[in-house]
Amino acid sequence: MIEFYFLLIFMIVAAVVAVETRDLLGVIISLGAVGFAQAILFLMLQAPDLAITQVVVEALTLVILIAAISRTTRIDTTKGALVTSVLGVCILVFVVIATIQALRFLPPFGEPLLRVSEFYFENGLWGTGAANLVAAIILDFRAYDTLGEATVLFTAALGVMVILRAIGRKGK
Amino acid sequence: MLPYAFCAGLLGIGLYAIISKKNIIKIIIGVCLIEYAVNLFIVMVGYRIGGLPPIITKVGETTKFVDPLPQALVLTAIVIGLATTALLAAIAVRIYKRYGTFDLTQIRRLKG
Amino acid sequence: MREGMTLIVKTVTRIIVGFLMMYGLYIILHGHLTPGGGFPGGVIVAGSFILFLLSYGGKAGYNRIRKSLISVFEGFGGFVFLAVALFGLGAGIFFWNFLGKGEPLNLFSAGIIPICNIAIGIKVACALFTIFVAFLLLKEKD
Repeated sequence: MIEFYFLLIFMIVAAVVAVETRDLLGVIISLGAVGFAQAILFLMLQAPDLAITQVVVEALTLVILIAAISRTTRIDTTKGALVTSVLGVCILVFVVIATIQALRFLPPFGEPLLRVSEFYFENGLWGTGAANLVAAIILDFRAYDTLGEATVLFTAALGVMVILRAIGRKGK
Repeated sequence: MLPYAFCAGLLGIGLYAIISKKNIIKIIIGVCLIEYAVNLFIVMVGYRIGGLPPIITKVGETTKFVDPLPQALVLTAIVIGLATTALLAAIAVRIYKRYGTFDLTQIRRLKG
Repeated sequence: MREGMTLIVKTVTRIIVGFLMMYGLYIILHGHLTPGGGFPGGVIVAGSFILFLLSYGGKAGYNRIRKSLISVFEGFGGFVFLAVALFGLGAGIFFWNFLGKGEPLNLFSAGIIPICNIAIGIKVACALFTIFVAFLLLKEKD
């Protein structure tokens, strides 16, 4: 259990560094540190599907963000007012306390209820024939959600092409 | 209970970045941090101490698996997070081309 | 971005791109047996295309990979996924697993799940490559 807490504290420190640094390249690299630590956490929480997906998606996010800032000035020169920062910290504390109060009614960490998953454990292998239960869930029992996700990805690709194509004609 | 509190802390840091930062890239970082926090929380709810990954290696053997349903939900959510980040980065690039800066206080006119 | 990277990067890329694409295809095809599936496999295949484009520069990359062909493939992947879903609609069940289930732990088992994995892998790879090419095209016109 000690390694969970070590990685969680590392993620929080890297997130604070990512939010407060002035150099934009350092901000993006700290975000990469948060993402890769989360991939290791997924592996420790016994979710290898998610660890593979998180590693490759994080690498691609870093590439896209660096491509976005590569032709710009790389130093963040904005000056925030003190009032806004204090307001932000107050909202942070309020949200953290409210979330912890709301999550007190969950079952303790490590002992889930597993009421819905009993069905997937019994019918997963013989109902679909797939040995990977997560793949059986996302492509046979809940395949409609996967159709929605494919639509979202298609819409995002279309949106990026529309936003970044109008430069040549009329832009200043 | 304590691991859930760390997820709440990460969510709070992301929310602070969205509310009180004036650079567009920092706001995008805040959105990414909130996505990471929520995905981590959902997977933590389904963890069983002493459990194994939900992949059957020998037919007919009963083992203690962790919950596969939150993992299926988060698999979808991670890829959708990538799509959201790509779209936000495209908007940021466009804003820089038009105004020459990432600073929100100098972007004045919101023309349709 | 026009002329690519140094000679060492180009040589290493020429060796690695084939292995990267083969690894991505392995993760897609074995999605119903081992962790992975269509989504991470598609992202890895897109990563191999992006590596090629980044290290050889924009001009040389466009001579090898045509953008219109990638758009056709993306639509093809989505169309196959939707067609497989609608096949079962005649019998009254959307997304019915109509092919044979086979023996578990074989490569050819689990009905329509490998077909869906391949379709999703193609679609995700082409969508992410389109997003990256849009970012690259913008900077070329500067």
